[in-house]
Amino acid sequence: MKKIINDPNLVVQDMLKGMVSANPSAIKQLPETTVIVRSDVPTVNKVGLVSGGGSGHEPAHAGYVGKGMLDAAVAGEVFTSPTPDQVLEGIKAVNGNAGVFLIIKNYTGDVLNFEMAAELAEAEGIKVEQVIVNDDVAVEDSSFTTGRRGIAGTIFVHKIAGAKAEQGAALDEVKSVAEKVVANVRSMGMALTPCTVPAAGKPSFELKENEMEIGIGIHGESGIERKEISTADEIASELVHKILDDGVHGPGDEVAVMINGLGSTPEMELYIINSKVNEILNEKGIHVYKTFVGEYMTALEMAGCSVTLLKLDDELKSLLDSRSEAPAFLV
Amino acid sequence: MELRVEDAIQWFTKVNEKIQENKDYLTSLDQVIGDSDHGINMARGFQEVENKLSTQEYQEVADVLKEVAMTLISKVGGASGPLFGTAFLKFSQAVKGINPVDYTSFTSGIEEALQGVMHRGKATTGEKTMIDVWAPVVHSFQEAHDFEDNPFLKVAKQAMEDTKDIMATKGRAAYFKGKSIGYIDPGAASTYLIFEALEEVIKGSK
Repeated sequence: MKKIINDPNLVVQDMLKGMVSANPSAIKQLPETTVIVRSDVPTVNKVGLVSGGGSGHEPAHAGYVGKGMLDAAVAGEVFTSPTPDQVLEGIKAVNGNAGVFLIIKNYTGDVLNFEMAAELAEAEGIKVEQVIVNDDVAVEDSSFTTGRRGIAGTIFVHKIAGAKAEQGAALDEVKSVAEKVVANVRSMGMALTPCTVPAAGKPSFELKENEMEIGIGIHGESGIERKEISTADEIASELVHKILDDGVHGPGDEVAVMINGLGSTPEMELYIINSKVNEILNEKGIHVYKTFVGEYMTALEMAGCSVTLLKLDDELKSLLDSRSEAPAFLV
Repeated sequence: MELRVEDAIQWFTKVNEKIQENKDYLTSLDQVIGDSDHGINMARGFQEVENKLSTQEYQEVADVLKEVAMTLISKVGGASGPLFGTAFLKFSQAVKGINPVDYTSFTSGIEEALQGVMHRGKATTGEKTMIDVWAPVVHSFQEAHDFEDNPFLKVAKQAMEDTKDIMATKGRAAYFKGKSIGYIDPGAASTYLIFEALEEVIKGSK
């Protein structure tokens, strides 16, 4: 294992410290926790947004904390859900008496720990609602999930629910727009190389030099198939068609596109993928309203990418375009 | 017998001993049908429980159970932390104010614990989870009339063995479906250890 770290057991704490040092006016860390919050929390009479999950997906989720997006991000150990006591600290810190909204990626551990935190918060008199993001069309069940997994599409839920809450919307309105995003967002990914969890010290799986895995998860969980690597155009086509086959996006629709790098894929390659994705969508009569290319939801140093499509209506367009001060998603 | 504060503390001290002794065994079960961290996580959580119970003072059994629950919730992580944590939190709520805990109240407590685990895990019996041990044990408590004449440990052991024949449909093991047949569920194995420790406390108090 070759990594720029001090101690495999301290990577999360060391990283969070560095994130706060980089954005001292926007975010802060709650003492004795792994919770990053907006520096001005709680915002009185605004719904507080909390997300989080295992670490190793940076800039998710702490990079999306900021005015117009999340109020708190709770970091677990690498690829491990944070515990309910930590999530509860986040909920309490962002409670501005308008309720707190949880955005949870669909992994068994995340769902259990966040739901438990929600119950503990409700026992303390805080109103909590949640949405579970399951945008990955690759597999129905995985080693980390019952049902579909939550991946890069989660960022659109952060952005749009965050914008809605910033406008002063009530808890049920924030929940409703978040559910609309979840209903209209689909993603799929692929990988060329595995990644190594620092505490484990070795890769969680292996791929041969000429091999790629289609539909892989952001923790290296199995996807649909392993096969010989093909061209960028073929990869883009396979990912987009699998998403379109799900039947959410069709001719005449307007979409936001996200081409997400998994950690060690150069932007050059992401743009090559985007070129073909854009071409296919044009051919299908699907209008691209906005495109995001970069690293949004990574899997440590995995090489690979994911494609996300979000169908937009006027409300979602305006919320997507509204101001965000989150360091990793400035609008 | 009735369960007193010192019995409850002894119960979880014994659970910790058993979890530590079986740490590698539990992890090996999880290697087959999970992500190979069950023994490690449980050992970390129950060691912390032991640390708390050996240094703090408790007014009633419910306080001990609540301490166990909150410690597991914050220290175990994964899915096991919230599931075992929920079990003992519900147990604690059910016996709050009852000290010592008589047989009938204890039975209500584990009924609540089972309901809590089923609700939290959105699971039921026959899905190769810890519920397949909890449920028959609860039934055994409902059928019997006191701790001493209750064959719950035999019931628990058989139930744990029976998880071998079940195909997983819930939790991480569900991913391995057919491959999960022939192996004991790790959560069922650690649940058995919890009841094995309880049996020793009951025998010791005779």
